[in-house]
Amino acid sequence: MSAPTVDRPSREAGMPRARLGAHAPGPIGGVVRSARRVVEALATPLVPGDYLDLVDPLRAGADLRGRIIDVRPETSDAVTIVIRPGRGWLGHVPGQYIRIGIDIDGVRQWRAYSLTHRADGSPAAGIPAGCIAITTKAIPDGVVSNHLVRRARPGTLVMLDQATGDFCLPTPAPEKVLFLTAGSGITPVMGMLRNHLGEIADAAHVHCAPTASDVIFADELHGFADSGRLALTLNLDDEHGVLDLARLDTLVPDWRERETWLCGPTGLLDAAEAHWAAAGLAQALHTERFRPSIIEPGEGGTVTFSASGRTVEADGGTPILDAGEAAGVLMPSGCRMGICFGCVVTMREGAIRDLRTGDITVVEPGDELPVQTCVNAVAGACDLDL
Amino acid sequence: MTLAPERTAPQTIPAHASTKPNGINPRLSVTSLTPRPQRPALKKSGRPNPAAHLTPEQIEGIGVELDALRKEVMDSRGERDAAYIRTVIKTQRYLEMGSRAVLLFSGVKVKGFRPAWWIGTAGLSVAKILENMEIGHNVMHGQWDWMRDPKIHSTAWEWDNASPSTQWKHSHNEIHHTFTNVLGRDNDLGYGILRVDEDQRWSPFFLFQPIWHVGNALLFEYSIAAYDLELGGYLAKRKRMSEEEKAKFRADAAEVVAKIKRQATKDYVVHPALAAATFTGSARHTLTANVVANLVRNVWTNTVIICGHFPPGIATFEKTTIEGETRGEWYLRQMLGSGNISGSKAMHVMSGNLSHQIEHHLFPDMPSNRYAEIAPQIRDLMERHDLPYVTGSLPKQAASVYWKVVELSLPNKVEGRRRRDIVRLSLKKAWKKKSLGRF
Repeated sequence: MSAPTVDRPSREAGMPRARLGAHAPGPIGGVVRSARRVVEALATPLVPGDYLDLVDPLRAGADLRGRIIDVRPETSDAVTIVIRPGRGWLGHVPGQYIRIGIDIDGVRQWRAYSLTHRADGSPAAGIPAGCIAITTKAIPDGVVSNHLVRRARPGTLVMLDQATGDFCLPTPAPEKVLFLTAGSGITPVMGMLRNHLGEIADAAHVHCAPTASDVIFADELHGFADSGRLALTLNLDDEHGVLDLARLDTLVPDWRERETWLCGPTGLLDAAEAHWAAAGLAQALHTERFRPSIIEPGEGGTVTFSASGRTVEADGGTPILDAGEAAGVLMPSGCRMGICFGCVVTMREGAIRDLRTGDITVVEPGDELPVQTCVNAVAGACDLDL
Repeated sequence: MTLAPERTAPQTIPAHASTKPNGINPRLSVTSLTPRPQRPALKKSGRPNPAAHLTPEQIEGIGVELDALRKEVMDSRGERDAAYIRTVIKTQRYLEMGSRAVLLFSGVKVKGFRPAWWIGTAGLSVAKILENMEIGHNVMHGQWDWMRDPKIHSTAWEWDNASPSTQWKHSHNEIHHTFTNVLGRDNDLGYGILRVDEDQRWSPFFLFQPIWHVGNALLFEYSIAAYDLELGGYLAKRKRMSEEEKAKFRADAAEVVAKIKRQATKDYVVHPALAAATFTGSARHTLTANVVANLVRNVWTNTVIICGHFPPGIATFEKTTIEGETRGEWYLRQMLGSGNISGSKAMHVMSGNLSHQIEHHLFPDMPSNRYAEIAPQIRDLMERHDLPYVTGSLPKQAASVYWKVVELSLPNKVEGRRRRDIVRLSLKKAWKKKSLGRF
């Protein structure tokens, strides 16, 4: 799928910039390289960047970070966070998401959020040029979403990943489009509407929310509808009941002729995929799933050592270190009692239980976490980088 | 000379393999264990066992209490702690950069004296001490891993020291912290070159240990590197080593050499050269400033560290006593085998909170800024159980160790024999052995 770009200059240029002078030929390249070696020698055992980060954490060449410059309420439990990204930011395509890493109670937490801002830097965009915006809704017990909605403050530095994802409109945009969203599933679609609505000849949108006041971006959506650019239908669950997909035939009678972009809770995604498949239209449905798997911690389970290609079953009382060694995996080890940190291995996904305290740690995909294998047992299928 | 005697593979820790009531290492948890019968009142050497009065139930009770305290503190880690380590790191980096900038003018004379040299050297010494003690040592203990910041993580940290972090983590975190004060297992007891406990065997080599001790303090970062590398063990046993072991040693040695090269290039070449390039005539003075800062750091870290386990009143243990050790017994050994340094907040920060050695040994992965908070509770727990909480000021504790180093350079007093006679006899024996070996 070819995707239109808005604030991204070109995909090819989208690789991290090479370090200054790294490939420059001739005497200038040589001077730059020698200068770099000297600076590296000055900073050892750290790297020059560790010192530069003190002064300018958003500079080009630094790990990608951003500074929150505004927190704007959308509904009672949703906010838009405006972030000025560091100079390494490569731009995005509307519909894509970023991962942001924010320190909450001292712990860095990473979560993915769709980018919602209009990216042309015009006054209508509502945010300063070069800034990006994410919109988040507080979910019950959501550590990060609640923090962002209730406690995030301008000035905070956050870690960022480059934008990614292929939940985007193709170029040129299809003639007839249906957007189907629920709750905070509106966010990637809002990114598309703000940037590309003018390119779609016939756009219909069905959005689900519990009540009218829960509709994120309500004013803007109604504005699009009032100007005749978007055929908007709101399904308010408290009034109309949870959306029954059979109702699509009345809400958007020509939905079969439209390419559909869908984002919402897992239940809606599953139901819609079945509905579109039943109509023989699976190809016309584009979905975005933020939580591909839900990890429910239990007792024991399988451990996958992805690099060595081994999978072993372990009970809830056996340290992962022992389980791996019993299966012949070459595990780093040390004191075997949790004090030396010699057995730490990166976990990509899964749930573990600390055998000393019973504490459960869940690692969501993409949330790579180094864990101590000697004092942790499996509490749900684990994937270790070993 | 043996710097680092033979090291035993961790698989042989009996607690791990043999006594597993329900498949779980008894050292991990105080629940699910069967305490062993009471210990004898006297150790093999005839010295009293400071925990002899405790019943096995009391020992396990101590373990339960300490686990609860650990949980309470670890569960409350948060913003405040993260801010603390970030502030220390930031302060250290600014101090180092600032001091090095000042040193660019270290050759400039004002009224017959070089103020920039003194200020820069003092600042750099403090920066290096902070880097090694409160940051390096504690980050590499995993105290800040919970923050999930890859920049402040035990797996990623490299410190401003001759010993590469991976080798140091093995000999310190793993060997020393697991086998704390176990004779023959914990080589930190005298680092293989000092006799700091009456239960360590005396040999004529130790007659000169006051000299080794001072040399060790001055060159501490290099002796630590040699110690972590097990250079002494290699030199003593290389003829009996397999090719694989030798290759492992060579790879480790190459790592140490590369690290020392980088460190020396920075302190003794690049920074002085930079000073030369500023045309203030400071190259030589920057060089001496770096040498002095490294010496100050070495002597300071050595002084703090010898106060942790060598002062009088701290117990050592025999290999047999840790077989099948339970979590309560492990905690007990850590408490009895460590000693604190009393002092101001600045003293605690500059020692990397190793002034709270007892608390650190109980919970080596607890953020260092919390040790001072739990110290009163630990002291109370030990006093309630009639256990000695060894502590004292830095001069007092350091002097006691220096005295011990002198005293224990001679053999123990034995009834009916003078130390002089024992020395004379063993020197004679050693001489004979050497001569026989030659012919």
